[in-house]
Amino acid sequence: MAELTTNPADAGFLRFRDDAPHDEPAVTLDAFLGQSNATAVRLEAGDDARALLPYLDRLALVEVSFPKFRDGRGYSSARVLREAGYEGELRAQGDVLVDQLLPMRRCGFDSFAPEAPIDQATAQAALARYEHFYQRAADPVQPVWKLRHG
Amino acid sequence: MYKYDEYDRSIVEARIAEFSDQVARRLSGQITEDQFKPLRLMNGLYLQLHAYMLRVAVPYGTMDSRQMRMLGHIARTYDRGYGHFTTRQNLQFNWIKLEDTPAILRELATVEMHAIQTSGNCIRNISSDQYAGAAADEVTDPRPWAELLRQWSTFHPEFTYLPRKFKIAVIAADEDRAAMRLHDIGLQIVEREGKLGAAVYVGGGMGRTPMIASLIRDFVPFEDFVSYLEACLRVYNRYGRRDNMYKARIKILIHELGADEYRRQVEEEFVAVKALGIDPPQAEFDRIAAHFAPPPFEQGLSDAVDRSDPDFAVWLDQNVKAHKQPGYAIVNISLKPVEGIPGDASADQIDRMADLAERYSFDELRVTHAQNIVLPHVRKADLYAVWQQLVEAGLAEANLDLIGDIIACPGLDYCSLANARSIPLAQKIAGRFADLGRQRDLGELKLKISGCINACGHHHAGHIGILGVDRKGTENYQLLLGGSGAEDVSLGKITGPGFSEDGVVDAIERVTDRYLAERQQGERFVDTYRRIGMEPFKEAIYG
Amino acid sequence: MKILTGNDLASGDVVWWTGNGWSRHLADAVDVGSNGEAIAHVEEAALRVNVPYVIDGEQTAEGPRPAHIKDRIRALGPTVRADLTLKPADPNAGSWVI
Repeated sequence: MAELTTNPADAGFLRFRDDAPHDEPAVTLDAFLGQSNATAVRLEAGDDARALLPYLDRLALVEVSFPKFRDGRGYSSARVLREAGYEGELRAQGDVLVDQLLPMRRCGFDSFAPEAPIDQATAQAALARYEHFYQRAADPVQPVWKLRHG
Repeated sequence: MYKYDEYDRSIVEARIAEFSDQVARRLSGQITEDQFKPLRLMNGLYLQLHAYMLRVAVPYGTMDSRQMRMLGHIARTYDRGYGHFTTRQNLQFNWIKLEDTPAILRELATVEMHAIQTSGNCIRNISSDQYAGAAADEVTDPRPWAELLRQWSTFHPEFTYLPRKFKIAVIAADEDRAAMRLHDIGLQIVEREGKLGAAVYVGGGMGRTPMIASLIRDFVPFEDFVSYLEACLRVYNRYGRRDNMYKARIKILIHELGADEYRRQVEEEFVAVKALGIDPPQAEFDRIAAHFAPPPFEQGLSDAVDRSDPDFAVWLDQNVKAHKQPGYAIVNISLKPVEGIPGDASADQIDRMADLAERYSFDELRVTHAQNIVLPHVRKADLYAVWQQLVEAGLAEANLDLIGDIIACPGLDYCSLANARSIPLAQKIAGRFADLGRQRDLGELKLKISGCINACGHHHAGHIGILGVDRKGTENYQLLLGGSGAEDVSLGKITGPGFSEDGVVDAIERVTDRYLAERQQGERFVDTYRRIGMEPFKEAIYG
Repeated sequence: MKILTGNDLASGDVVWWTGNGWSRHLADAVDVGSNGEAIAHVEEAALRVNVPYVIDGEQTAEGPRPAHIKDRIRALGPTVRADLTLKPADPNAGSWVI
């Protein structure tokens, strides 16, 4: 499972990073916590992202699973990691649909491995659609209240 | 009231483009119904029994006359000439075509309206006290707090796919007119040492497992307000149940964790969240609050009202409430005529109410959670003229908070989730108690009907509640007594075996007869029930 | 009998399978026997119907009658607004539902 979905050559893989894709297979959280040298980890929807906080500086890839697009736990996992200073690749994998890309980007995801390929043009349009956002999140966007008051 | 600036406008415009694109992708088959459903729900679009239904947001129940007229226009142009005001202060249209929704949204946007997050597993329309800004008993106007939350919750990226829907109510008075403690989060703005902040109640709700919200924090000052709510939601998003949609509301999480453990987790999360700088500055609160400055009330007006017309006097006593400004009053327009459908208003009535608001109420209207309309700021000298025009429009039913002022969900006449019809039953009950003198003798009696266990008709919170169920293909109605959605919040208890439609009307009459026989001086129905308990009523019903 | 029903994708109108298409009128519905799911699958994929499903019903002198009240209300319209039903001129149309 992990080998297939972390392969950036997969159709529909979207990545918003300048560094080279990480090619080490992601291991489960349990496996990661049980060994010392893995640099890529996969979080299931119910895994506690905070368990990774002591290890952020040696992680290059965290893959967060979305078993169903309606399962929104991964959004919080992403923010928890970004808020703690994680700067490596944060990948949403699974039932990721074009209409979820924007909130996922705002929560800090910077790569996407959807099970069904996402049309590039539709994706670009979806990501560019909103110029302003009301709340501060894990992206660099200035919220509307900041724009209003400086 | 709040007016959009360029940012608000740009966000709503982008939303129209986004949703129009989603509709186009659905109509062309690029996305399946399964994929489209959560997207359309997040824009208030359901597929109901007869057609699509569009729920339009009325943030904290406040509208001006242009917005109200736009609802009338949409009813006439895209629907079948009427709309239905809901228990969360919104309005829904029952006969919408999917292909028309982009045009409807564009029309709504011209008056700063939308359907954003009126359904779906996200933070819904923020509801509030329909007397905000007018009530004599409020600490402050709660609507700036509600507007702040509207903005915070709109397209919140982390909380768009919550375990289940999430409802927030904000009040600022001890009298609770918004069923605050029956919300996922209920906020009461209070003053402490000269500073305003929120008492935060979490985990209330109706549905199949009704619960009353627990006090999680007694005071959150403005500077921590958004952070604290973000922490409340994050704990829910991470740990709310996703294995069973019937156990996915935050009330179940709090029930399973216990309020103390939930509070501990929120406080821990709050420490992390507070450091992120997500709280808007005081200047933003002040900017929003300026939109809710009191209208230019005339000073020195008389409080005298000519009561010589007896019908007017009855309406005055029943539907008109005290205003904080001398010489003014709050007018309630009941949408519960005896033969009518609770909460429905025709396009013409919608226009008439808009006209009255423009002329007599500083251009403001409110929608109430009891599915009525409020003109919040009417000069007492104008009350008689307003009443006369309401009479002409068929909107002068003087039954506010009486047994005829029934909350009812659309039920099986419209709703695909319903098990039984609600509206015909509401009409039969209203018919049985049609005599206004009899209703007034019974006094405050909140009767609430839901056509299924989802409890959209608030049956758990009715002094008398009715739950429609499907018993082997036949509509059957359970009777509950003793609930309240007000500051004396409580959950009703089922009397016993259910009834047919006619049977439940008879049972209600036996209940009210027993109340009249038992009541002591000054007791409302629910007070008597609380004093004497269920047994005397059971005996009256089942013999 | 087995009746196949659903809603029109674009308009949301309630529709009934007639054997070779969709009708707004229950009177046109046919017994789909055991073919309902298969027809539903093809028709939904072709965007000619939305959320189709098969219901039980019986053939009566007045035409097909769905077994469940919900589908009888769908077939007619809201019982509380005779003017909005498919039989606006018949004030007693609602009694068929019950």
